[in-house]
Amino acid sequence: MKFGKLLAGATLALGLATSAYADGHEKTKVGFVFVGPIGDGGWTYEHNKGREAVEAEFGDAVETVYVENVAEGPDSERVMTQMALDGADLIFTTSFGYMDPTINVAKKFPDVKFEHATGYKRADNVSTYSARFYEGRAIQGHIAGSMTKSNIIGYIGSYPIPEVIRGINSAFIHARKVNPDVQFKIVWAYTWFDPAKEADAAKVLIEQGADVILQHTDSTAPQAAAQEAGNVITFGQASDMSQYAPMPRVSSIIDDWAPYYIARTKAVMDGTWESTDTWDGIGAGMVGIGEISDAVPADVKEQALAMKAALADGSYHAFTGPLKKQDGSDFLAEGETADDGTLAGMNFYVEGLEGDIPQ
Amino acid sequence: MDLSAINPVLFIAGFLVAATPLIFAAIGELVVEKSGTLNLGVEGMMITGAICGFAIAVETGSPLLGFVAAAVGGALLSLLFAFLTQITLANQVASGLALTLFGLGLSSLLGQSYVGIKPPRLGDINFGPLADIPVIGPILFTHDIILYLGFLLVAAVWAVLKFTRAGLVLRAVGESHDAAHALGYKVVRIRTLAIMFGGACAGVGGAYISLIRVPQWTEGMTAGVGWIALALVVFASWKPWRLLLGAYLFGGITQLQLNLQGAGVAIPVEYLAMSPYVITIVVLVILSRDKSAAPASLGRTFHAST
Repeated sequence: MKFGKLLAGATLALGLATSAYADGHEKTKVGFVFVGPIGDGGWTYEHNKGREAVEAEFGDAVETVYVENVAEGPDSERVMTQMALDGADLIFTTSFGYMDPTINVAKKFPDVKFEHATGYKRADNVSTYSARFYEGRAIQGHIAGSMTKSNIIGYIGSYPIPEVIRGINSAFIHARKVNPDVQFKIVWAYTWFDPAKEADAAKVLIEQGADVILQHTDSTAPQAAAQEAGNVITFGQASDMSQYAPMPRVSSIIDDWAPYYIARTKAVMDGTWESTDTWDGIGAGMVGIGEISDAVPADVKEQALAMKAALADGSYHAFTGPLKKQDGSDFLAEGETADDGTLAGMNFYVEGLEGDIPQ
Repeated sequence: MDLSAINPVLFIAGFLVAATPLIFAAIGELVVEKSGTLNLGVEGMMITGAICGFAIAVETGSPLLGFVAAAVGGALLSLLFAFLTQITLANQVASGLALTLFGLGLSSLLGQSYVGIKPPRLGDINFGPLADIPVIGPILFTHDIILYLGFLLVAAVWAVLKFTRAGLVLRAVGESHDAAHALGYKVVRIRTLAIMFGGACAGVGGAYISLIRVPQWTEGMTAGVGWIALALVVFASWKPWRLLLGAYLFGGITQLQLNLQGAGVAIPVEYLAMSPYVITIVVLVILSRDKSAAPASLGRTFHAST
């Protein structure tokens, strides 16, 4: 894994040596730092589709580079630094754990624009962007709560960060709404991408009675495990994962980064790029809901689509009171909706969820 | 907390499956290192085996043929390493790392058209009435043939190394290649065969992940098992049975911590998550307090003229 990155680093270094001669490059160079392989079928796969869309949109006017399998933390700083040295004008860093490295590298290269996905730290040359995945989670929760027979829903978490906790809460709230007996079993995999471990986690949850598996990890392995087990439903994560439809995958959350990547690349080309914070959901098209398969009862499907429409036009918010926190304290009053600040830093479970969030 | 949610039978059956890829990769590497060669390319050979096995199993519809192809694929890739280190006398560490890089790249190239395909299933061996024995039956007698093969392979490697002339020669080459050469043994040939054996085992281990444990093909899906196998060989002091114990410990605790998390046990998850690594290392370090050392020629280049 790590060595794929080394190789890419060597390639970048080579590029550095050659580009030193071509001073004042005409092409806009856009770099992407990926946490998994582009063939993971999920998170990184969708980011790479966004990269390809940038290339298709601007043709010869842009050059894109990417490095796969970059470990979160200090290693990523080296990769970003090399990209910047190599003449990248804009660098997308596409995992939460790249947050501090992105800020550090951005300080060293004030002329290079950085875009960090799913984080909350910004600077003059660092924007953040994310999608409101929790809107999709609300729909998943509704379908999962309606369809579970064992009333146990398994959830494979990656790391206990706000983005993941938000998803758990949103899914749980909506599962409980349609099914007051529903319980969540949460397993933290402590990885974004490790198919064998993800599959193991799914199997363990199924053995413990779960008949719905929600995942917040990047590969399609849990889908394969659910398919093996039979009679278990899953949802595509980050990508449609339609190869597992109609069963076990009954729907999906699809991240569509292409319009954003194209707009931001255009802004760099035009010189209009500014540091911003973008957080779009179903309404803006950044979050897509994959086709709800026939395995879902027609009335549930209809309700899910109605919820999707309400989330899209803003008439419904996935976190609408009355809601309490896990410890019983008040979170949202009747009719109140959560503000973005609370959502962005969410580090608590809502009432009804069991277990503690790892600190 | 609800420990009753954990089914011990399924749990044990699960960890036997989880440990098998590790056993194959590690026992292969053990033989390679016993011959005095350090091949850091296990990860690369595993992932190559994973896709070769997957592709052939899908194309032919036979998972067993897939495993054969995985062994062949892993062995072929390891031949590259053998050529670099035994013929051109290149540095073993660098060649091994290069092999991992090459294997990861090659596998994602080969795997382009296999994403999202469901492989044919390798059925469990039918033990007849044995499988109906309560508790023991489902744990021990409901697995596929490759899992048992892994166990037998460890026993075979142990027996060959300890009791046979071939094993003695292999160890001699690993301890002092000059002495072995002086006695007339073909050091390069023996090492090349050991490297190919290691490659074949790693390939089968990789295919076990892509054909049985997950079962699907995803780029980079071995996700570091090869490196754990390498570490396991060292911590097991190059002894086959300890290696088996280490692999079961690692697989077992990995499964156990997932089970405990699912059951909501009140141990902080971060301790659970690191427990497989910590416990496996601690146990094997305690076991290896005796004077078992690495093969004396491990990692050293041999040339008949020196």
